[in-house]
Amino acid sequence: MDEHAFLVYAAIYLCAAVVLVPLASRLGLGSVIGYLIAGCAIGPFGLGLIREVDAIFRFAEFGVVLMLFVIGLELDPTRLWALRSSVFAGGSLQMAASGIVLTAAALAAGLPPAAAWVVGFALALSSTAVAVQTMTERGVLNSPMGRAAFGILLFQDIAAIPLIGIVPLLSTTPGEPQGPLWLGVVKVAGAVIIVAGLGRYAVRPALRAIARTQLRDVFTAFALLVVIVTALLMEFAGVSMALGAFLAGVLLASSEYRHALETDIEPFRGLLMGLFFVAVGMSIDFALLAANAGLVTGIVLGFMALKIVTLLLLGRPIGVPGDQRPVFAAALAQGSEFAFVVFGVAGAAHVLPGEWNKVLTLVVALSLVVTPVLVAVADWLQCRMSGSEREPDQVEAEEGGVIIVGFGRYGQIVGRLLFASGIRATVLDHDPDNIEVLRRLGFRVFYGDGTRLDLLTSAGAEHASVLIDAIDDMDASLKLVDLVQESFPRVTIVARARDVTHWRELRQRGVLAIERETFESALRTGRRALETLGVRSYEARERADIFRRHNLTTLESVLEGWDDEAQRISRARTARIEFERQFQQDQEEFERQIGSGWNRARSN
Amino acid sequence: MIVVVLAHPYPDRSFANLVLARALDGLENVAVRSLYDLYPDLAIDGAAERQALEAASVVVWQHPIYWYSTPALMKLWFEKVLTAGWAWGPGGDALRGKRCLWVATTGGDDIDYSPAGIHGQSFDTFVPAVRQTAEFCGMIWLEPIIIHAARQLDVAELEVLGAHYRARVAELAAEESSPDG
Repeated sequence: MDEHAFLVYAAIYLCAAVVLVPLASRLGLGSVIGYLIAGCAIGPFGLGLIREVDAIFRFAEFGVVLMLFVIGLELDPTRLWALRSSVFAGGSLQMAASGIVLTAAALAAGLPPAAAWVVGFALALSSTAVAVQTMTERGVLNSPMGRAAFGILLFQDIAAIPLIGIVPLLSTTPGEPQGPLWLGVVKVAGAVIIVAGLGRYAVRPALRAIARTQLRDVFTAFALLVVIVTALLMEFAGVSMALGAFLAGVLLASSEYRHALETDIEPFRGLLMGLFFVAVGMSIDFALLAANAGLVTGIVLGFMALKIVTLLLLGRPIGVPGDQRPVFAAALAQGSEFAFVVFGVAGAAHVLPGEWNKVLTLVVALSLVVTPVLVAVADWLQCRMSGSEREPDQVEAEEGGVIIVGFGRYGQIVGRLLFASGIRATVLDHDPDNIEVLRRLGFRVFYGDGTRLDLLTSAGAEHASVLIDAIDDMDASLKLVDLVQESFPRVTIVARARDVTHWRELRQRGVLAIERETFESALRTGRRALETLGVRSYEARERADIFRRHNLTTLESVLEGWDDEAQRISRARTARIEFERQFQQDQEEFERQIGSGWNRARSN
Repeated sequence: MIVVVLAHPYPDRSFANLVLARALDGLENVAVRSLYDLYPDLAIDGAAERQALEAASVVVWQHPIYWYSTPALMKLWFEKVLTAGWAWGPGGDALRGKRCLWVATTGGDDIDYSPAGIHGQSFDTFVPAVRQTAEFCGMIWLEPIIIHAARQLDVAELEVLGAHYRARVAELAAEESSPDG
């Protein structure tokens, strides 16, 4: 396609998405359905606005790659290790059980043994893209059921590789010669070692160096580069790109730039995943569906029903709580995007009779379309069964936690006091040098612009009880306050003010807990000076207390009328006079409170 | 107006104090000033305190007994608020005629506060300093509420004492119709 065609396609895709996705979301169907409908509408079998479905599929597959990268970022190696039983035990159980049941069904339907075997196991695979997206939208990915389902999906991503590899061997006609098995294993192991090594010794230092340049775009570009290179490397080794990206994500999960990477990749992931679902929608051949309506519907219903029953029965042995099993089964009942590949290969190798290839592709596509609806129904059923709302999402930051934005000279002292009191704050800062040092001290510090909504969200601002705004830049500080008050009204803001102007701006936004950054230490300096001049230290403290109180009262009293520009300018002009007057007042106040008491006491 | 000057550094750790503080919830014409909450840095605002007292007809001092006397901040409050020329001495009659109710909790019981007990004295021995503080400022000393062995009381007993306290304060508030001059 020339560059115009690309832009035209992009416009069509974005337009369909912008119209249909919010509509589907509004109707409670989830965004996946919206994208699928958009695909049906603009695809070759719909309005025919876009015809290059295969090219778009290949491009959109990168969305799945990015999705697994982001999922990997959430799972550092220790958490992944905790998933091992649901991956290997749960995954192999599901593949074996569903595969055998579906193979038997295919045999019963009259397919030859080799074809039945391919169809059975290909349909046993579920769609990572659809299942994860649907579970994420419902906020169940971190529930026991979500973790079990994710483990199974991960196992399937691994199992799909040999499945695709074996299909040509079943062919009655000779296919392409395959390399020996050991070579494949060596290649995969080599690629994993290279990715792990690069991740640790090249990517992390590079991220650090790039973060230090403060060039946001380059950081994003590098993040994408890391994902693409890893995906390509793994594909070269014979592993799926998605699995490779997942691995890269896991390796960077314990990095301090995790949140920043997630934030940067997220929009690309979202758009490309959307494109992927659009491509699924576009691939639905309505003519073929109309011609074989009964057969296609029968297979869709039949294979999904068999998978659901198998998954419901497997729920207990793999530890899915009873009331979550319907959603668990519904989320994994659909066919996989890998099945398209398997059927394609099987068709080419003449393992599947010609028409079956197309019919089964249609079946899988339709099963993807049905999934969000099925999950919605199962979710409703679950609510009925448990009689309550489902458990809240698990967020990394604990409930009622503390977030510190800005961790320079100021924020660090705040953080250390909290740390000493047993409170582990989540810290956001954009200076990589700080981050390095502080992580070594055991702080949970994340790199990124703390005034970005998405970063605050992933730091758990929604569930935090206190947010400490310790940013040194006044504009950024006020931007943060606006953002937090708008998006997380429950959170109490404790703010650092650069000066009186900043203090006023914060106060006018309704922030009550404000400390001027130099005020207290200047008072201490004043006390030191008084002490040096011979004032007793206790009395020096009292003088500072009186000064502070008077100063704050004065500040509060001039708060009104601050919006009036003329008044403000005149105030600035008279500032010096006012300052002198204020000093005089302070002295009078002090005399009144301390000095006079002594005289009267003696005269009494 | 009844002003309750409350001094407890760790109110959350004292169940008796919690019950007593709640006992006054919702009473009209009662203002509670919790000193340790108002002045965590011990920087008592004398002017603000005096202003609050001027509006009162009854002043309540409520605190636990520490070392046979008031907690440190309550003592500091005496020093910073009850100044010459305001509370005593020439022109110092701001509190004259106001009534003063002392509400104190102790750790020891009657036996502890007896010649044979660990404190070696009856509790009455420790009352005069506080009483004289009030009377030196011209206030009328009311029958104090002293709750002994506060930590050993169970909820029901504390509730009864709380109700008694509330009734006393409510009664004083009702007499407000003819405030002292």
